[in-house]
Amino acid sequence: MKRLNRRTRLLILTAVTAAALICMYVLGLAIPDEAVEGSFLEAGEPPSFEHIFGTDSLGRDLFTRTIKGLSLSITVGLVASAVSAVIAILVGLAAATGIKGIDGFINWLIDLTMGVPHTILIILISFALGRGFTGLLAGIAATHWCSLARLIRGEVLQLRSQQYVAISRKLGKSNRWILAHHLLPHLVPQLLVGLVLMFPHAILHEASISFLGFGLPPEQPAIGIILSESMRYLSAGMWWPAVLPGAALVLLVLLVDKLGDELKMILDPYSAQE
Amino acid sequence: MRGRFFNLCSALIKNGMKILSLLLAVSIIAFVLVTLSPIDPVQQYILGLGTAISQEQREEIEEYWGVGEPPVECYINWLTNVLRGDLGVSSLYRRPVADIIGERFLSSLALMVSSWLLSGIIGFSIGCLMGMRHGRFLDRFLKKVCYILSSVPTFWLGLVLLLVFSVWLGWFPIGFSSPIGVLSGDVTFGQRLYHLVLPAFTLSLMSFPNIALHTRQKLVEVLESDYVLFARARGEGNWDILRRHGIRNILMPAVTLQFTSFAELFGGSVMAENVFSYPGLGSAVAAAGLNSDVPLLLGITLFSTLFVCVGNMVADLLYAAIDPRVREAVE
Repeated sequence: MKRLNRRTRLLILTAVTAAALICMYVLGLAIPDEAVEGSFLEAGEPPSFEHIFGTDSLGRDLFTRTIKGLSLSITVGLVASAVSAVIAILVGLAAATGIKGIDGFINWLIDLTMGVPHTILIILISFALGRGFTGLLAGIAATHWCSLARLIRGEVLQLRSQQYVAISRKLGKSNRWILAHHLLPHLVPQLLVGLVLMFPHAILHEASISFLGFGLPPEQPAIGIILSESMRYLSAGMWWPAVLPGAALVLLVLLVDKLGDELKMILDPYSAQE
Repeated sequence: MRGRFFNLCSALIKNGMKILSLLLAVSIIAFVLVTLSPIDPVQQYILGLGTAISQEQREEIEEYWGVGEPPVECYINWLTNVLRGDLGVSSLYRRPVADIIGERFLSSLALMVSSWLLSGIIGFSIGCLMGMRHGRFLDRFLKKVCYILSSVPTFWLGLVLLLVFSVWLGWFPIGFSSPIGVLSGDVTFGQRLYHLVLPAFTLSLMSFPNIALHTRQKLVEVLESDYVLFARARGEGNWDILRRHGIRNILMPAVTLQFTSFAELFGGSVMAENVFSYPGLGSAVAAAGLNSDVPLLLGITLFSTLFVCVGNMVADLLYAAIDPRVREAVE
C-alpha cells in the first residue's frame, strides 16, 4: 500500500468524521414517525438484538428515538451556532472598527451576556417566547456568540496593524477592498473552526434545556426528553433509557469536536503544511 | 502603601459601577422578556392559588403587577419595589421571593462551594501531574479523560452516578438535601453532608478538566523555560522544581480561572440540582420557569447575575492584589 502523508491521512479522517455525522443526520430524518410508536406488549424491555437500546416504558424502541433525537440535536446545533456565528462576526467587526465608544459598548455587552449564567438566560428567553422550539433556538443563539466575537475582534485588530494593510491603505485601496482581500481570507477559516467548535456546546445546551422541560414538547424524540423521562424509572432499575441515549449524545459531541480539531489542523496555515 | 490603598478603592468603585450598570441592564432585559411572554403571570398566579378569589384580591394582585399600565411605568414600579427589598411573592411557593432565595441560596452555596473547592484541588493536582509527566503515557491518558469529560453533559453524568452509586450500590441517597420524614430542625450536619456528596462530586467532575488542562499548559511553559533548565543543572529534583518554580508561577492563573468560572458553576448547579432533586436555587429557577412564577424567575435571575459579577470582580481584584507584575503595572 502506498504510504500516505499526514495531510492526506488527515483529510481522509475528516471526510470519515463528516460522513458519519451526515449519516446520523440523514438516518434520523429518514426514520418515519410511525417507527417510533411502539406497543405496550414490549414496554420496558432491556437491550436485545431486536431492540439494541431496549424499549422505554411505553414500548417505543429507544434506538430509533435516540437516532431521531440526535438528528434533531444536529439541526438545533447547526442553526443556533450559525446564527451565533453571524452575530459574532457582525459584533466582532463592529468592535474592531476602532471607534472607542462602540468598542466599549460591545465589551460591556459581552460582559453582560457572560454575567448571567447561560442556563438561566436560556430559560428566560424560552419563557419569553412561550417555551417552543424557536425559544430554544433563540436562547442558544443569543448566548453563544461571545467568545467567537472576542476572537474575531482580536484577530481584526491584529490584522489592521499589519504592514500590508497599511501599505494597501497608502496605495489608496478602499476599506471595502481591504476587508474583502486582506481581512476576510484570514477570518473565514477562523470563523469556520469557531462555528464547528461552538456546535458541541449548542448541542449540550439543547439537551440540558430540554431535560429541564423547556423547549421541545414531551412527545418530541429529543435526547434531553428521553433522559428526563428515564429519571422516573431509574430507581426501578431501568438503566438503559438513561445510559444508552446519553452515551450516544456524548459520542455525537466527541465526533463534532474531533471534526473541529481536524478542520483547524487543515485550515490553520501553521499546521497545514506538516 | 497609601497609593496601593487608593488604587484598590478606585478599582472597587469602578468595578462596582460596572456591576450596577450590568444589573440594571439585566433587570431591564429580564423584565422585557417576561413581559413579552404569551403566558399571563396574573392568570398563572390566580390559578396557582387554587381557590376562588374575591374581586378586591384580584385588583390587589393586578395592582402589584401593574396590569393596564404602560410597561415602562410597570418596570419602574417593580424596580422601586426591588430596591426596597420587596421582590414580590412567589406564586409557586406562596412565600416572599426574598425569603425563598435566602434559604435556597444557602443550600446552593454549600453545593457550589464544596464542588468549587473539590474541582479546584483535583484539577490543580491533576494539572500538575500532567505537566510533570508531559508527553508520557500518563499525561496523554489524563488528557483524553479531560477532553471526554468536557464533552459530557452534566445532567447525564449525574444520572449515571446516581444509577451506579445510589441505585446499584446503595451507598448514597437518591436525592434531596436531607432524609425524608425528618424535620428540618433535626437534620444533623453529617446527614446534610451525606446528601451533598454525590451532587457536589458531579458538579466538580464537570469543571475540573478546564482547570487541569489550563494548569498543564502553564506548567509545560514553565518547565521549558531557561530558569528551570538552570535549576536542573544545579541538581534540583522534579519535586523541588515544581515546588520552587512551578507552583509559584501557575497557582495564580489557576485561582483566577476558578474565580471566573462562577457562571458555569451556577449553570452546572442548575442541572445537578434538578437531577438530584436538591432544593437549591437551580431547582427553584426551573420550577419557576415551568410554572410561570414570574417574581421568582426575575428574582433568581438578578441574584445569579449579582453572584457571577461579584465573583468576577473578586478575581480581578485578587489578581491585581497578589500578582506583583500586575500590581506594579497598575501603580
